[in-house]
Amino acid sequence: MKDRKLRVMVAKPGLDGHDRGARVIARAFRDAGFEVVYTGLHQTPEEIVQAAIQEDVDMIGLSSLAGAHIYLFRRVVELLREKGIDDIVVCGGGIIPEEDIPKLKKIGIREIFTPGTKLEDIVQWVKENVKPRIEGVKCKVK
Amino acid sequence: MQSEVKKVLSGDVRTVARLIRDIDDKVPEVREVLKALYPYTGKAYVIGVTGAPGVGKSTLVDQMVAHLRKEGKTVGVLAVDPTSPFSGGAILGDRIRMQRHSLDDGVFIRSLATRGHFGGLTQSTRSAIDVLDAMGKDYIIVETVGVGQDEVDVVRSAQTTIILVIPGMGDDIQAIKAGILEVGDIFVVNKADREGSDKTVHELKLMLDMSQEKYEEGRWKPPVLKMEAVFDRGVKELLEEIEKHRMYLAEKSGGTSFRKTRERIREELSEMVKNRTIEEVFEKLIQSGEFEKAVNSIRAGETDPYTACEDLVIPKLNLAEEHGRKR
Repeated sequence: MKDRKLRVMVAKPGLDGHDRGARVIARAFRDAGFEVVYTGLHQTPEEIVQAAIQEDVDMIGLSSLAGAHIYLFRRVVELLREKGIDDIVVCGGGIIPEEDIPKLKKIGIREIFTPGTKLEDIVQWVKENVKPRIEGVKCKVK
Repeated sequence: MQSEVKKVLSGDVRTVARLIRDIDDKVPEVREVLKALYPYTGKAYVIGVTGAPGVGKSTLVDQMVAHLRKEGKTVGVLAVDPTSPFSGGAILGDRIRMQRHSLDDGVFIRSLATRGHFGGLTQSTRSAIDVLDAMGKDYIIVETVGVGQDEVDVVRSAQTTIILVIPGMGDDIQAIKAGILEVGDIFVVNKADREGSDKTVHELKLMLDMSQEKYEEGRWKPPVLKMEAVFDRGVKELLEEIEKHRMYLAEKSGGTSFRKTRERIREELSEMVKNRTIEEVFEKLIQSGEFEKAVNSIRAGETDPYTACEDLVIPKLNLAEEHGRKR
């Protein structure tokens, strides 16, 4: 069997209409050899989670530039838990105040990338922290 | 495995999603599941949608899903996007236009990447169709960019193939003529509010008339429709034509499900044999390094490609034969 390909989702929850950053990230992921599902603007956490299940992604990357990150990111993690999904890594990025980062990590967001983070650093983090699902060897959300 | 089969049959979304991933990643165990699912396939109606990038395929699929859902039909969507030949990655963006259906239990949408290697796309898409079929979806819509033989083959596995064009694509219609004019059952000129849509319709009809000899008495003659998919204009008419085509096929096959017609089985099996051969022979030669070694010896002038090919392939085939006898 060949190596499994990493499948990730880039998603924009909420009413924030700026997706330039998300698109740049999606492209960087593609160039790193990942399959990237992009779902477009104005998604509800419910829509994001349902799409992530249908697409069988290993990671959801949430982007938020409009201030509602705590509520929206938490809701995504909650929905995953409600559905008994413990093998999809959730991370986030965007305009997120320094003091919110510990709160988000406590909620279950694995990592937060703020403006100025180098693309290659993000890609490297994903490669190290997200593994394609292998039957029986699940990568759990810490 | 038994439980996986049961879960697919009961429509479990997670199991189906993971199974399609396994198909894509060519996990060998998945074959056993597909074998067990085969008897439950052949019920869904498969529609292929193809056309150049930007003509509105995803938008049309989104509208078709909305219409079918209103009629109470369940729908599976497989949206194929190209893999970058440089990085092996892909951006799968067809979902953007369809996300309004993501919370609808009657709809399952899955993005697939072409993955580029060895033409396995047709095979894996067909297997994915089988899974959605066994899952109980009434309609399965396969959307793909109509470039390259692989993509054309994918839509050929559909009962009804829709080819989408937009006005002002004169030369592109020429390109279509060479490749996929023959596989289109229904032609749609989308973005019909744009200048030149009547001309495009006319050109298409002309081209179809020129291949008239193929459309002798009683054979399906592909209609050419105008549409503005984004405003939902012309979508209903398209679905009516699909229904007509469906009736036509039913009559032609005399009640045999399309999936089980001789033609289709032949095509499906030949695809499978080809793919399996590539997997068992070619991919193994690559992995073992024998292939690269042969490239080097040709380069060094020690042998020629014809001899090298024989040296590579013949022993593998003999081995396979002996292996078969032992079993």
